[in-house]
Amino acid sequence: MSSYNLSHLDQLESEAIYIFREVAAQFEKPVILFSGGKDSITMVHLAQKAFWPAKIPFPLLHIDTGHNFPEALEFRDNLAERYKVNLDVGLVQDSIDKGTAAEEKGVNPSRNTLQSITLLEKLEEGQYDAAFGGGRRDEEKARAKERFFSHRDDFGQWDPKNQRPELWNLYNGKKAPGESFRIFPISNWTEMDVWQYIKKEKIALPSIYFSHQREVVKRNGVLIAKSPYNTLLDGENYEEKTIRYRTLGCMTITGAVESEADNLDKIIEEVAAARQTERGGRADDKRSEAAMEERKRQGYF
Amino acid sequence: MRDTEEYNKTDTAGYLDMDLLRFSTAGSVDDGKSTLIGRLMYDTKSIFEDQIEAVEKSSKSRGDEHVNLALLTDGLKAEREQGITIDVAYRYFATPKRKFIIADTPGHVQYTRNMVTGASNVNLAIILIDARKGVIEQTKRHSFIASLLQIKHVIVCINKMDLVDYKEEVFEQIKKDYLSFDAKLEIPDIRFIPISALNGDNVVDKSENMDWYKGPSLLWTLENVQVASDRDLIDGRFPVQWVIRPQSKEHPDFRGYAGLVSGGIFRKGEEVVVLPSGFTSRIKTIETMDGELQEAFPPMSVAMTLEDEIDISRGDMLAKINNQPTKGQDIELMVCWLNIDPLKLGGKYTIKHTTNETRAIIKEVKYKVNVNTLEKQEQDKEVGANDIARITLKTAKPLLYDAYRKNRNTGSLIIIDEFSQQTVGAGMII
Repeated sequence: MSSYNLSHLDQLESEAIYIFREVAAQFEKPVILFSGGKDSITMVHLAQKAFWPAKIPFPLLHIDTGHNFPEALEFRDNLAERYKVNLDVGLVQDSIDKGTAAEEKGVNPSRNTLQSITLLEKLEEGQYDAAFGGGRRDEEKARAKERFFSHRDDFGQWDPKNQRPELWNLYNGKKAPGESFRIFPISNWTEMDVWQYIKKEKIALPSIYFSHQREVVKRNGVLIAKSPYNTLLDGENYEEKTIRYRTLGCMTITGAVESEADNLDKIIEEVAAARQTERGGRADDKRSEAAMEERKRQGYF
Repeated sequence: MRDTEEYNKTDTAGYLDMDLLRFSTAGSVDDGKSTLIGRLMYDTKSIFEDQIEAVEKSSKSRGDEHVNLALLTDGLKAEREQGITIDVAYRYFATPKRKFIIADTPGHVQYTRNMVTGASNVNLAIILIDARKGVIEQTKRHSFIASLLQIKHVIVCINKMDLVDYKEEVFEQIKKDYLSFDAKLEIPDIRFIPISALNGDNVVDKSENMDWYKGPSLLWTLENVQVASDRDLIDGRFPVQWVIRPQSKEHPDFRGYAGLVSGGIFRKGEEVVVLPSGFTSRIKTIETMDGELQEAFPPMSVAMTLEDEIDISRGDMLAKINNQPTKGQDIELMVCWLNIDPLKLGGKYTIKHTTNETRAIIKEVKYKVNVNTLEKQEQDKEVGANDIARITLKTAKPLLYDAYRKNRNTGSLIIIDEFSQQTVGAGMII
């Protein structure tokens, strides 16, 4: 006889599916924020499970900084086709051209802060009232207090002190006109959970998650890829290394890890033994201890 | 003694079969709660080097003597400045046996709302007591909330034993005081563990400083407590969340009722009743993207198809014919008020219950509970933030409910202010 127990991954999956369905029922026009990374790929897979055999009833929205890994963009387009979902792309360049955003100065200018501007513009333009994000509470301290249904005021801002209590599995998505929600269906997953789930479900990932050769420069302890958006400083050189990425973002700031892990089992082994959080390789979080919290307040995912 | 290195193994083969335990932690200011959580995460190797480095740096700049493990969990800027935890924060750690989700809730008097929120989904609650202070008002408050929320397992950690010379008498006296108070509560499983979160005594490993304590360590207890039987596997309850209608070439007539099994076990071919309409049908299939299932149980998310075409929408419920929830509009409940604006007697609110939503009027406040003495207060009926009261309300349409004591999913509801849209009350149906 079965003991009627669900493994922790099954429980997390069920919780995420529940969130997707709840959002479909409570909101007019939800959208999935698709970053191209493993967490958002996992999200799309979970959304498919929530509505199968119907199609995912939301479009994907990708905010393209213009500094993306080409492999990630190619993967994105294939994925949209595979799941038969509409893909809406917001270009940070458009915001810069319009004058609503200004390029950062420096040797590796990050367009991460600019992403928030384009994102808010796209959300308003598309009149999206709920945006799914792949954020997880284990990623970073400011995210540990995030809700599943995260309320944003009509400037898209997050007020950590003014979040609604979430009790049982009753989610309150009510809002005044102009207000919106960010929804985090995989809040309770850890990096390890995501990798194990990807393996269990055989979810395809962009090639740059796996070990490969690439020219990189070591800057402030972070390995930055050679790209047209990056300039070498005096005394710096590109070196070819065997690396992979634990997280995907702008080519200008996403740090690579030296790794021989060329399949999921090896990656999982590496994650289990890892001594650095996956965001540890992201220069944007290092700028100050409260960096993420500040960016969240301004409307970052 | 167990070797903490055990948690550092990279063997992940058993990972897919791991179990999940959700627990909350509650204590007063300076009970060492954040330190305890930091300790559990640190000793199970759930903290990464860069996190430790950041904490070492902050500890130094604050002038702390030790590496302040509490800084690992104090997330927001305001908290770091004031040195307090101001909201529910979620933490994760895993051992080869279980994955743990901690709802870390602050212990201040004004934050009952956070404790109720954090504890609403947990299997177990840890209540911290400072060995030097013993059972205080907030210990009682936390225990009462745990009991109210029907948390079946409570571990009372008597912390800072190092500051009372690890004396058995101190531990025994606090245990006695707690049990005399606890007699008024409904918690079936209570355990007491003497610890020092700062030094790690009895947290992961058994302490050598307290030979007189014969029980297991905190982590061993968390790994081994049995929670599976706490679920309701008897009363079949399936609130319909969403209707899946692909209307595609491959699935022209598919009509799946999607939802999360909130109680009982549903089997393919079984007869069910659709509520509130009362029509009956049989379960044709239980669908998931991974294939059909023979049965579904809590907390699985599935989609069911029925043999007959019946009009079913969100908010309806599938149940067993000979075991149905109560259907009614006059609801009596215990409420925890979460908002600064007090409850308005005669006021209209929106109610969310299972997948249903309706309006309701507050009809009566029967009494408030003094959470420190557990006495009923029948004179003062002003229900403000952090108050717990017994009330009745009348809903605009019938709810399909069970007593909270019987089923947490079908016995809980939230009260929403119609103007601010805020969640202002948490209700447990009697």
